[in-house]
Amino acid sequence: MKNEALYNYVLRLGDDSLILGQRLGEWCGHGPILEEDIAMTNISLDLIGQAMSLLNYAGEIDGQGKDHDALAFLRFENEYRNAILLEQPNGDFAHTMMRQFLFDAFRKPLYEKLLDSSDQQIAAIAEKSLKETRYHLKHTSEWIIRLGDGTDESHQRAQKALDLLWRYTDELFFETEEDLALVAEGIVPAMKVIKAEWSKTVTAVLAEATLNIPTNNWQFEGGRRGVHSEHLGYLLADLQYMQRAYPNMKW
Amino acid sequence: MKTMDLQELEKRFQEKIDKEIKIEPNDWMPDEYRKTLIRQISQHAHSEIVGMLPEGNWITRAPNLRRKAVLLAKVQDEAGHGLYLYSSVETLGADREATIDDLHSGKAKYSSIFNYPAVTWADIGTIGWLVDGAAIMNQVALCRCSYGPYARGMVKICKEESFHQRQGFESLVTLCNGTPTQKAMAQDAMNRFWWPALMMFGPSDDESPNSAQSMKWKIKRFSNDELRQSFVDATVPQAEILGLTIPDPNLKWNEETGHYDFSPINWDEFWQVVNGNGPCNKERIEARTKAKEEGMWVREAAMAYAEKRALKKTA
Ligand SMILES: [Fe+2]
Ligand SMILES: [Fe+2]
Ligand SMILES: [Fe+2]
Repeated sequence: MKNEALYNYVLRLGDDSLILGQRLGEWCGHGPILEEDIAMTNISLDLIGQAMSLLNYAGEIDGQGKDHDALAFLRFENEYRNAILLEQPNGDFAHTMMRQFLFDAFRKPLYEKLLDSSDQQIAAIAEKSLKETRYHLKHTSEWIIRLGDGTDESHQRAQKALDLLWRYTDELFFETEEDLALVAEGIVPAMKVIKAEWSKTVTAVLAEATLNIPTNNWQFEGGRRGVHSEHLGYLLADLQYMQRAYPNMKW
Repeated sequence: MKTMDLQELEKRFQEKIDKEIKIEPNDWMPDEYRKTLIRQISQHAHSEIVGMLPEGNWITRAPNLRRKAVLLAKVQDEAGHGLYLYSSVETLGADREATIDDLHSGKAKYSSIFNYPAVTWADIGTIGWLVDGAAIMNQVALCRCSYGPYARGMVKICKEESFHQRQGFESLVTLCNGTPTQKAMAQDAMNRFWWPALMMFGPSDDESPNSAQSMKWKIKRFSNDELRQSFVDATVPQAEILGLTIPDPNLKWNEETGHYDFSPINWDEFWQVVNGNGPCNKERIEARTKAKEEGMWVREAAMAYAEKRALKKTA
């Protein structure tokens, strides 16, 4: 492969979108309010669209003729590179919103920086996705504040979600030696820059939501290396069902 | 004196209807007209929302990303239709949440088609083709309904429904031009959905007592049987293009009438499903009730937060 580092990087972006989009799709028809059912489906749709662009590009870099579907549906579990945060089950609405918020607060500055990527394709994908991601972050920030500062019950649920999900956040900023070469070439930003932006957003929103950042800062990782939680297998069983049960067919 | 007034109002109301002048929310209307519309529009809204379930069931298993995106967008459209229709109901003075409670308690009905399970991927294409197709037949006629907000809503909704119908058909074209397994999957879906789709138009004309008044008020423009016939006539050639067999040995073109003849419908099955004994009635209502109950705390939080904000502003 000509540029394995770039392939891995784009694959991570694509898998994050794919896996989270897949998870959000589970809400469709079951949302707590019709308006939110529509909003979550909308975010899911945006993420699936982003996954298509990103995985197509990953396939191009790989150069073996794989399109987005080959990558999305026909890899083994340990070949997915999404962060563990994104494969976590939906839980209740607070849990889903918190997972989404923690991710959006990461994705927005990342896309902002990728706008300036010296790689034209990445810059183009970032431009289209940034508009969507800005809206997602606005939407989830508002909900985190509403839930945190709403009723006692919603506050407790939001805090519980934060306590559970906090330990998966550091993995979002995973960065390899090879990535640093991409940073040096001006293709991708350094993760410490993104993390600083993320911390600013998260701290401000959680404060307004009257939610406390967990004191236990033990952090899990593994997804970026293909070592996932037990949840991913079930998600893939659904995602891949048709392609595995009916191989080599066009749909 | 009072009755004279009412008679006069009713007369003027009917004159407006006869002149094709739309009735708007603040216009005077007979109680029965209002009740009929509330019942019909909320049933329609419930159908959109319950209809999300059989298809939503396949979002996580769609066979490729493009189909997944198309299905997400479609089910989202249906939610939008429901939302729009619930606000139309509210223009008639009904309360959205109260009509939803009627759905959950079983008092209000929804289209019986959604009580059938979507068990294979071909069912998704078939639902788009046949079920959205049948909905369009009904709804195109409703674009000229005498009640303004409903008629205008239908124009927008019909555009989206016909998009769904084409997408469904296109998905089946792919299956029917695919492997024998795929073609068989499509035929199997056709076998299961054909009759329920025909039942979507409701009881035959001699069995639907409210129809005459609805026609006079121009809520309805065509009878159930007329719409059903138009649907069959439009759909048979499409099935031929797909190479699918319609599961009716008596289906044949009638030169004299210029329509297709078809077998009598199994009305016993229809009433069983309408009255709660369809394969998925319980699951559908349970899913909707669960969404509402589990969403209660979210709605309460949103309200509590809005109140706090309002207080802060006035303080
Ligand atoms: Fe619809
Ligand atoms: Fe409809
Ligand atoms: Fe539709």
